[in-house]
Amino acid sequence: MSTSMNYLDGNAAAGELSKIFAVDITSAEGQCANCGSKRHFAEAHLYVQCPGLVARCALCGHVLLRCSNIRGRVFLDLRGMTYLSVEAAPQEASN
Amino acid sequence: MTWRSAKVVELRDETATARTIGLAVRDWPGHIAGQHVDVRLTAPDGYSAVRSYSIASAPNSDGHIEITVERLPNGEVSPYLTKELMVGDDLELRGPIGGWFVWRRDQTEPIQLVAGGSGVVPLMAMIRSHASAGSSAPFRLLYSVREPGAVFYRDELQALSGQGNSVVITYAYTRMTPTDWPRPAGRIDVELIATGTWPSNLRPTSYVCGPTSFVEHATDLLIAAGQDRERIRTERFGATGERK
Repeated sequence: MSTSMNYLDGNAAAGELSKIFAVDITSAEGQCANCGSKRHFAEAHLYVQCPGLVARCALCGHVLLRCSNIRGRVFLDLRGMTYLSVEAAPQEASN
Repeated sequence: MTWRSAKVVELRDETATARTIGLAVRDWPGHIAGQHVDVRLTAPDGYSAVRSYSIASAPNSDGHIEITVERLPNGEVSPYLTKELMVGDDLELRGPIGGWFVWRRDQTEPIQLVAGGSGVVPLMAMIRSHASAGSSAPFRLLYSVREPGAVFYRDELQALSGQGNSVVITYAYTRMTPTDWPRPAGRIDVELIATGTWPSNLRPTSYVCGPTSFVEHATDLLIAAGQDRERIRTERFGATGERK
């Protein structure tokens, strides 16, 4: 096993991010502000061995999202994404 | 999403280190196969730990779900869930979570499931959902597992793979094989992908779940075999999920 594979993926961040987003974040599509690739948030590489969560682009490694809980407030940094798009219509039975 | 109270209604050992936990969840809205839940344990001093577990059971409307938990040697939560938890205990649960790594009953295309170890859990929910819905979508599972004794849901999988081929299963043993097994123990490779998965011209949708290194390896092999990356959905887990 490679020791560099110490990441999970966007699926694992969905519970925590449901505190902030009313929609399912895993099926949201984001564009990386660095390489321009468009992927589902579920595909992002997620690092959890740090204060909070860090999601990186699966293609170029650029930080897409940082989320941390500091003294009772949740801080969300989304500047690594040009945009995040979500389904306008609610999905059946998902949340 | 709020935390819900869930009562343990059933406990079932799957292997020497894994246990299925049946939960009755208050106001459960129902789920889709492939989704997971977060489980929160809180100690008397207020310290709490949250872990994500895939739902193993098929969608139903009775407010009952099952998760299967593998005990990690140095885990903080899994030893409690697999050894100490008793029927009648309460857990806190958040979910269902995730709308991307899911199989919906209206999907009719061929489905390729690829599991590494306990990564079979959300794929089992898909297999059960497929069976209970009487879906005619062709299902195939490539299940990579350490040794025969580490296989989850063995009898049920055997029954489902016998019944009019509801799901075609290929096992890949990585450490120890059953006696007279044709393939030596080892991780999945090009040859196994060629014989144990749908050919790319059928344009299957693939679901790959397991530890991160397994998912990367399996996904690379599927793409090398001609599968479209856009049609491969992945879910990675690890002992690294230390979150509070």
